[in-house]
Amino acid sequence: MKLLIKNGKLVNPLGKSGNYDILIEGKKISKIEENIKPEDNMRVIDASGLTVMPGIIDMHVHLREPGYEYKEDILSGTRAAANGGVTAMVCMPNTKPVLDNAALMDYVYNRAKECGYAKVYPTGCISKGMLGKELSEMGDMHAHGAVAFTDDGRPVMNSNLMRNAMEYAKNFDSILISHCEDLDLVDDGVMNEGYTSTILGLKGNTRVAEENHVSREILLASSLNTKVHIAHVSTKGGVEMIRHAKSLGVQVSAETAPHYFACTDEWVKGYNTNAKVNPPIRTEEDRLAIIEGLKDGTLDCIITDHAPHHEDEKKVEFALAMNGISGIETSFAVTNTYLIKTGELTMEQVVMAMSCNPARILKLEGGVIEKGKPADITIVDENKKWTVDTEKFESKGKNCIFADMELTGKAAYTIVDGKVVLDNYRLK
Amino acid sequence: MQFKRKHLLGLYDVTKEEIETILDNASLMKHILSQNSKKTPHLQGKSIITLFYENSTRTRMSFELAAKYMSASAANISASASSVAKGETLIDTGRNLDMMGCDLIVIRHPMSGAPHLLSKYTKASIINAGDGLNEHPTQALLDMYSIREAKGQIEGLNVTIVGDVFHSRVARSNIWGLKTMGAKVTICAPSTLLPPELEKTGVKVTTNVREAARGADVVMALRIQKERQHSGYYPSLREYSNIFGINKEVISLAKKDAIIMHPGPINRGVELTSDVADSGRSVILEQVQNGVAVRMALLYLMTRRNMDEIIN
Repeated sequence: MKLLIKNGKLVNPLGKSGNYDILIEGKKISKIEENIKPEDNMRVIDASGLTVMPGIIDMHVHLREPGYEYKEDILSGTRAAANGGVTAMVCMPNTKPVLDNAALMDYVYNRAKECGYAKVYPTGCISKGMLGKELSEMGDMHAHGAVAFTDDGRPVMNSNLMRNAMEYAKNFDSILISHCEDLDLVDDGVMNEGYTSTILGLKGNTRVAEENHVSREILLASSLNTKVHIAHVSTKGGVEMIRHAKSLGVQVSAETAPHYFACTDEWVKGYNTNAKVNPPIRTEEDRLAIIEGLKDGTLDCIITDHAPHHEDEKKVEFALAMNGISGIETSFAVTNTYLIKTGELTMEQVVMAMSCNPARILKLEGGVIEKGKPADITIVDENKKWTVDTEKFESKGKNCIFADMELTGKAAYTIVDGKVVLDNYRLK
Repeated sequence: MQFKRKHLLGLYDVTKEEIETILDNASLMKHILSQNSKKTPHLQGKSIITLFYENSTRTRMSFELAAKYMSASAANISASASSVAKGETLIDTGRNLDMMGCDLIVIRHPMSGAPHLLSKYTKASIINAGDGLNEHPTQALLDMYSIREAKGQIEGLNVTIVGDVFHSRVARSNIWGLKTMGAKVTICAPSTLLPPELEKTGVKVTTNVREAARGADVVMALRIQKERQHSGYYPSLREYSNIFGINKEVISLAKKDAIIMHPGPINRGVELTSDVADSGRSVILEQVQNGVAVRMALLYLMTRRNMDEIIN
């Protein structure tokens, strides 16, 4: 059956934008025109008052499968994605076992295909066993669909190994995603180091821990004349270094997450373990710098770093609580509430950050609504107000820092390869 | 004024009036402590548990004796540090104690915020007896009691705290309490042992112990923990003692009637020389006695609050 999206406002920075209807036949987009006439045997989605955009691509997600299915699995994670308007995501390899070989790339692809709610692209480990000692079989994993390489969550401390990995990734024009953190400097810090950590008596994690590795990756990429992607930037200094590097022509790209532009370290007060995340949420000055970075394109992408955990791993002493925020079902809403409704970013800029740029950086399909391309489309209501009820999350991870808050904006329809997986706010 | 708090988790948000209520009640309790028979019926029928995940002599004994002097049923649980990570969760422990009819739990824990977590899930009142680097409110209350006793008031006094402030919950609680009571607080530590942005709390910060001692009414030394040396905070106890230790010469810069305090246990010859610790200006042993009185006052005020709740 054909699918017609009518009367929506199309925001599509890399293609036609405006009041266009979209016709989908099978998995592909077949027509983008004004006033396409509905026909028999054609399902019509009336998108009046809604915004139609290329499907959100969240290029930093933890799906926890295999190994930590009690936190999340590929089915619950992809259902959560669809619920949040995400049509494709890139999953991190810190599973159990870690994703460090080609067979596990196949496993993730196959599981995601069986589930059918969102596209999943795996990343592979930089080092074997994610132990930071020897290079993993990056070429083999690349051939089996690894879209990037990262030791996310366990940063590569050995700078020479990082250098070799960057160099080696050139062989197949792949890219490294660096979770920037100098573990020696982190020591046993559990939140941002500053006035709030002093008041709460919690050990601080200095911004320098992150910025030290941001600068290392920039210098390595520059000297090797290759590209690198900086994960979840949280500090003002990080933004400034990346801006400077880009101005010099270094092939560096970067992402940030909603909690870094919506929250500050004061959200930790009361020992709120849902505000415990790595890198830690910083200060107001950093928050404003992150927004500036998104405005001028220094930060290319908005990702979630969706990190679902079991409630038992959060209902503990702050120092014992796991790092991470379950964020894939609130990312558009938080972005809309804190960046668009405040006038900081336009919808076009947000679509660039949440869809076009991730597709460009990782050479993924999507990021544009165009005739002949796969029909991966998100339709959102930019004005819908709703209250975050984590019990209604599809994700198993209820550890959301935005729990119980009223947000504006919600995905109404998520369409993946022409299939409506979220249909008028209801998950299929 | 009545003390209406269910929990005492820290002094950060405790008002001047509340602190005065506690200190006034402690005066009455100290009188009881001076009697031949130290048994009073104030806490009859109440059960109090000390739940200690860290070693303690003074604080724990002080709470237990305070409870027993006032006829409460007192019991203690010692949990080893390893059981924090491996054993029963803190929330489960608290809920179990609730079911045994515990009215008040005194908790010491190596992690900041643990008493706050416990307080969210228990019916029993919680008193923080030290959580990580965060707070040790009863120590600061007994310190303030001792200062008031020696000086007649707290407001306007120059109070100098010297030592490993970064790792000190005693320092944090004293900063909040003393600022609330109107004292002028000066903090002195090697720069590696100063918490970030400490000036924002309204205290004066210096790394010069002589400057810190000059004109002080109260000089409080904090225990320097030997294991910090291995983490690179300072090179040796010898150097620490030479540069930051409190000795006769440093104390000579303070006011003539300045008092010397220390929360104990003292590393003699490291943060404080024996001649100073044992001098006539030292109120270190009075602090210990006052600790029992302050804890008696708190137990009384907080369990009476429960009683009011039942009556109402």
